[in-house]
Amino acid sequence: MAIATAILVAAPVLSIVSLALQPAGDVWHDLINYVLPAALLDTALLLAGVGALTLLIGAGTAWVMSRHDFPGRGMLLWLMPLPLAIPTYLAAYVYADLFEPLGLMHRTLAIWLPLGDALGHLPNVRSLPGAIFVIGLVLYPYVYLAARATFQVQSAEFAEAAKTLGAGRWTIFWRVSLPMARPALAVGVALVALETLNDIGASEYLGIRTLTVSIFTTWLNRGSLAGAAQLACLMLAIVAGLIAMERYGRRNANIAFSAESPHVRQRTPLSGARAWIAFAVCALPVLIGFVVPLSYLAHQALGRGLLTNFDPLLWRHTFHSFAFAALATLLALMLALATTIAHRFRPDPLRYLAMSVAQTGYALPGLVIALGLLTPVLAVDNAMSVVAAWIGRSQPGLILVGSGMAVVIAYTIRFLAVPVGMIKAGFDSIPRDYDESARTVGAGQAVMLRQIYLPLLRPAMLGAVIVMFVDCLKELPATLLLRPLNVETLSTSIYQFASRGNFEDGALAALLIVAASIGPVAWLTRFSDVPSGPA
Amino acid sequence: MINLRVLAASAAVLSLTLSFVSEAAANGEVNVYTYRETKLIQPLFDAFSKDTGIKVNVVSASSGLEQRMKAEGANSPADVLLTVDIGRIDEAVQAGVTQPIKSEAVDKVVPAQYRDPDGQWAGISMRARVIYASKDRVKQDKITYEELADPKWKGKICIRSGQHIYNNALFAAYTAKYGEAKAEEWLRGVKANLAQKPSGGDREAARDVAAGKCDIGIGNTYYWALMMNNDPDKKPWAEATRVILPTFEGGGTHVNLSGVLLAKHAPNKANGIKLIEWLVSEQAQQMYADQNYEYPVRAGVAINSTIAGYGKLGPDPLPIAKIAANRKAAASLVDKVGFDN
Repeated sequence: MAIATAILVAAPVLSIVSLALQPAGDVWHDLINYVLPAALLDTALLLAGVGALTLLIGAGTAWVMSRHDFPGRGMLLWLMPLPLAIPTYLAAYVYADLFEPLGLMHRTLAIWLPLGDALGHLPNVRSLPGAIFVIGLVLYPYVYLAARATFQVQSAEFAEAAKTLGAGRWTIFWRVSLPMARPALAVGVALVALETLNDIGASEYLGIRTLTVSIFTTWLNRGSLAGAAQLACLMLAIVAGLIAMERYGRRNANIAFSAESPHVRQRTPLSGARAWIAFAVCALPVLIGFVVPLSYLAHQALGRGLLTNFDPLLWRHTFHSFAFAALATLLALMLALATTIAHRFRPDPLRYLAMSVAQTGYALPGLVIALGLLTPVLAVDNAMSVVAAWIGRSQPGLILVGSGMAVVIAYTIRFLAVPVGMIKAGFDSIPRDYDESARTVGAGQAVMLRQIYLPLLRPAMLGAVIVMFVDCLKELPATLLLRPLNVETLSTSIYQFASRGNFEDGALAALLIVAASIGPVAWLTRFSDVPSGPA
Repeated sequence: MINLRVLAASAAVLSLTLSFVSEAAANGEVNVYTYRETKLIQPLFDAFSKDTGIKVNVVSASSGLEQRMKAEGANSPADVLLTVDIGRIDEAVQAGVTQPIKSEAVDKVVPAQYRDPDGQWAGISMRARVIYASKDRVKQDKITYEELADPKWKGKICIRSGQHIYNNALFAAYTAKYGEAKAEEWLRGVKANLAQKPSGGDREAARDVAAGKCDIGIGNTYYWALMMNNDPDKKPWAEATRVILPTFEGGGTHVNLSGVLLAKHAPNKANGIKLIEWLVSEQAQQMYADQNYEYPVRAGVAINSTIAGYGKLGPDPLPIAKIAANRKAAASLVDKVGFDN
């Protein structure tokens, strides 16, 4: 089962590689001369920019939040991660709308200035800096959550030692806290980089021709699947490089936390101007990354009468979204349990490898998975219809694609890393002594599973289910390519509106995605605050 | 207590619900893959269903449908592909996912220059690529496509991505007329005249003129009418501009077709042909003209008054096949001159 899971995840990659081995005709001349230089540069700048911005916001706010107390902190604790509920493409549509000519900002400025002059004062969202800003402000929570988790458990001893040496608060932050948090920050930024690389909706809309967008256009405009697959391989190489860099960065970063209950540092209470500054620093990213997009969507939905003239089709889109997401989440949960349990009972290299492979899906952009799945999924479909014809059934058509199972498989592969990672972490926190004790009283594996592991793993599983479900709701590129007849999900219907210049008509569907994601994201934050002093 | 069996059972139940959602096609259905906006095309499908009792199933997308049909192969559920542009029509034919439409009714109604000699596709409506000119800042009433490269327009033109199929067809037409070297020179000239990096869609071209960013925008005929008549939010964009029908120096406005193709492995072929024949019927053609603001391909159908207000359209006589043949060259030139950068 564990091995089968690994094969399932590896299938699209192998399929992409085999596609890439076919001759791509004459596309490469153009790609190398005119497309790739710009695409690689844009991609590199976008990744560097978004990485730096999320690092700055995420680490800064995390430090303020975990080391200080100020009025409003309790509320911010809930609000800080919420931009995760806004898909990158939605943030792009909203900010483009706000800052475009004749948009809200322009019309506001035009109250004081002539129309043409006011235009000169508007930042251009459809630009690389614009894209960095928009994407960075919805992805910073990845870094924030990782950073806060470590800032909280960092043992106070180091800081106190530094204090006795006469270091001030800033020195301690720069010389002690930050370096110690480096591994966590690296993980957060790596996640951000992968999400950025995976994005297609936002960059395409903002006119940034990243590598992902180039894969899409190579396939669709030049009709070259082989060329697109070759680009996808290049992209996978970049992803592998990113991951290797992240690992390398962490190589000697095993900072020993004193296992004897790290006595968590008291938060410094702030008052007066300092409290205000702390509040503002943390509130601003939430405002830009969550409150503004949400308000704008609500405003559009109400203003266009989308609520009063509720489009009944939306219920169907919602149902499809939820059904695909729920099914994929269940599937992934089962596969994740299978691989992690196998590794727990028989931790041999092969099973460890299977578990690692099962986690690679997260590093694969949805578009690459979708392209890679096309061939094997349709091969299975066509084989099934041959069998069906042979046993005398009428043509069943394409079972996997026709039923939406292709979408579910894509989600499962893409997000399997979430439950595998979380459940593995859960297993790691269950001491091996339990297994030993259980064995001495003659408990078999099934009993151990039922009586020990599953109850202890419940929080990990619940967390995994929630994160994965939301990830599926937001997914765009794979859904777009693999959905069956008459099926739109919330995300594809928004994309359809947006790509035809009528994004506002999708405002209600967008609100539904955001609303569905808020609960889970808020739920995640319950576990992230270590009680200390007056919380 | 989480029970694996319960998990497995619920997964099975969910799978079943999904398979009910997408019932396999029975009799009396037709499956359409479409690039047309669902909103624009749905009224036509509803009328067709009312007329014939045939249920229409739709997948709408903004890209990749012919590639998907190719991947689906012999089991593809698609019967009919509706496209928005000769470029898309050509892509589908090149991908080998179509079969000839054998229909006397279609051959009789659609003029020969608007269908494929081998019957691989038929045009069902026509649009022109035109100029949205600022009412305040543009005085001339006539304009040529060649002129768009004239330095007098420096910093005054707004246009969407050069790789978008609407522009690709226009640039391919230019390439077909003048050859690649001349077309490259012209594209460099147009690029030098752009007020901003190509972005957005055709509606945004009108918006940016209205906002004072540029003096002329380039867009399709029906977008302007849609903004004027159907979208109160965007009406001011149309009101700030007027439509000029540009021509090539040899005469003729660049037109493009929305077309229909019959899928190679159509499981409901008869219904597919019925739908195609219905789309060129008097009723459907009138709907295209009135609701979608397009030029009908069928003679004797009245053009919508907003569209008629642009002036008399004299379509460029360049054969559509010539445009299709130059698409790749045009796309390559766009990359070469860095049109979108």
